[in-house]
Amino acid sequence: MTTATGPNTERQNRSLAGRDPWTIPLEEIDLAHPGIWQANEFLPFMARMRRDSPVHYCPNSAVGPYWSVMKYQDIMTVEAAPHIYSSEPTIGIVDVLPEYSLPMFIAMDPPKHDEQRKTVQGVVAPANLKNLEGLIRQRVGAILDSLPVGETFNWVDLVSRELTTQMLATLFDFPFEERHKLPYWSDVATAIPGAGVVDSYEESLQILQECLARFSELWRERAARPPGNDLISMLAHGESTRNMPPREFLGNLILLIVGGNDTTRNSITGGVLALNENPDQYQKLRENPALIPSMVSEIIRWQTPLAYMRRTAKCDTELNGQKIRQGDKVLLWYASGNRDGDAIENPDAFIIDRPRARQHLSFGFGIHRCMGNRLAEMQLRILWEEVMQRFHTVEVTGEPTRIYSSFVKGYTELPVRLHPR
Amino acid sequence: MAKITYIEYNGKEHSIDAAPGDTVMSAAIDNLVPGIDADCGGACSCGTCHVFVDEAWLDKVGPPGEFEEPMLDLNPDRAANSRLSCQIDVNQELDGLVVRLPEFQF
Repeated sequence: MTTATGPNTERQNRSLAGRDPWTIPLEEIDLAHPGIWQANEFLPFMARMRRDSPVHYCPNSAVGPYWSVMKYQDIMTVEAAPHIYSSEPTIGIVDVLPEYSLPMFIAMDPPKHDEQRKTVQGVVAPANLKNLEGLIRQRVGAILDSLPVGETFNWVDLVSRELTTQMLATLFDFPFEERHKLPYWSDVATAIPGAGVVDSYEESLQILQECLARFSELWRERAARPPGNDLISMLAHGESTRNMPPREFLGNLILLIVGGNDTTRNSITGGVLALNENPDQYQKLRENPALIPSMVSEIIRWQTPLAYMRRTAKCDTELNGQKIRQGDKVLLWYASGNRDGDAIENPDAFIIDRPRARQHLSFGFGIHRCMGNRLAEMQLRILWEEVMQRFHTVEVTGEPTRIYSSFVKGYTELPVRLHPR
Repeated sequence: MAKITYIEYNGKEHSIDAAPGDTVMSAAIDNLVPGIDADCGGACSCGTCHVFVDEAWLDKVGPPGEFEEPMLDLNPDRAANSRLSCQIDVNQELDGLVVRLPEFQF
């Protein structure tokens, strides 16, 4: 990252990393800068903003001015008002040129959002998941049984990434031997050019064209067959999706790949980290594995795998005393709301049997609430059930390496060593 | 007090005495009726307190509200008698209300 050139060097210089969160002038806080996220220094900045500037304006950033909504209740208010706070044109902070942006329902308002979402959400609905549970458990078991016990290895690569990749391949009924293309496409789709994965938006679009081409082949195959239960078949046969233009098809694919990939992957890694940082909770879990479902919700809150979602004001409005103008970017910081002591008791503590553990912001709320929430919870639940049967401890043996992103909150590396039961 | 009966998907019944000020959701949560998650805590923003209102009670309970409708509409199990139980305020009129719980919350 330090070798990045061009605009990225400028971004690097604006990083808050190393500055004192409690004395920095408020207008200099640029929470969306990836630097403090990679450096794991974001928590005290968010605490300062919740205290001193809960609806915060950053007048100057590398990607222009934007608002940050820091408190749980204010985030709920915005989520409940899609008629004021639009998800169009995009839900990331960067306004990508239209030719580089892909249409997807996460970035659409009603009624089109509703139509498109309804077509695909069945595949990740609980009724369908029930049929997948056995297969998921079998695949989780196979992954865990293949791990090198007694050696130090990267949990992200061998477990988090592998497991979510296999799940995506299952959902798409994507050729299993080609499955590693899926997380690659996901990484390309979310990469900031110059940060290691791709050098430019042109390059990422070119790579995503390959993704489109492969999926288009699969689409044609599935369209020629009777409707099946995989996502591609559902899209190919769905009334509101079967005539989808190629760019829209690609957009929806990327949405499903990214949605089902980084988020769960980083929660799988985050759980190991949280349990290692809180050995008393790990012991509680060993003594009572029935706490796993509640722990899963707590892991998802603690990790908050997507730090924010962006909305754009459709009209002049007011939020918690601040005047927001039509066209302003508004970032809903789930990572902050999930640490808001006014909504969640003792929010910085990781407590696996927390009361009302499901009341967290990580899935968002309102019409854009995470469609795959039950699938994510199921994957994490099965993983931890199978881990606890095999290992006394998944021991973290070194510092994690965090992603250079303020949007995807996660890890590229977590060194661990397994201690069998 | 109003008596509310929740029937789980597996047929198990739970009868609860609810008070004005409760919602059909909060009465269930406070009395540990399984099958209602209420992830958003009653803000009509998650759809995880979905219930089917017994046909005999539809008139008294009434139709979904303006903000409830879009949340229900995104639920694949949605039926004509679907409501979000956090949006049903308990009152004396609802004494005897029967609601059925779906197999899954979304």
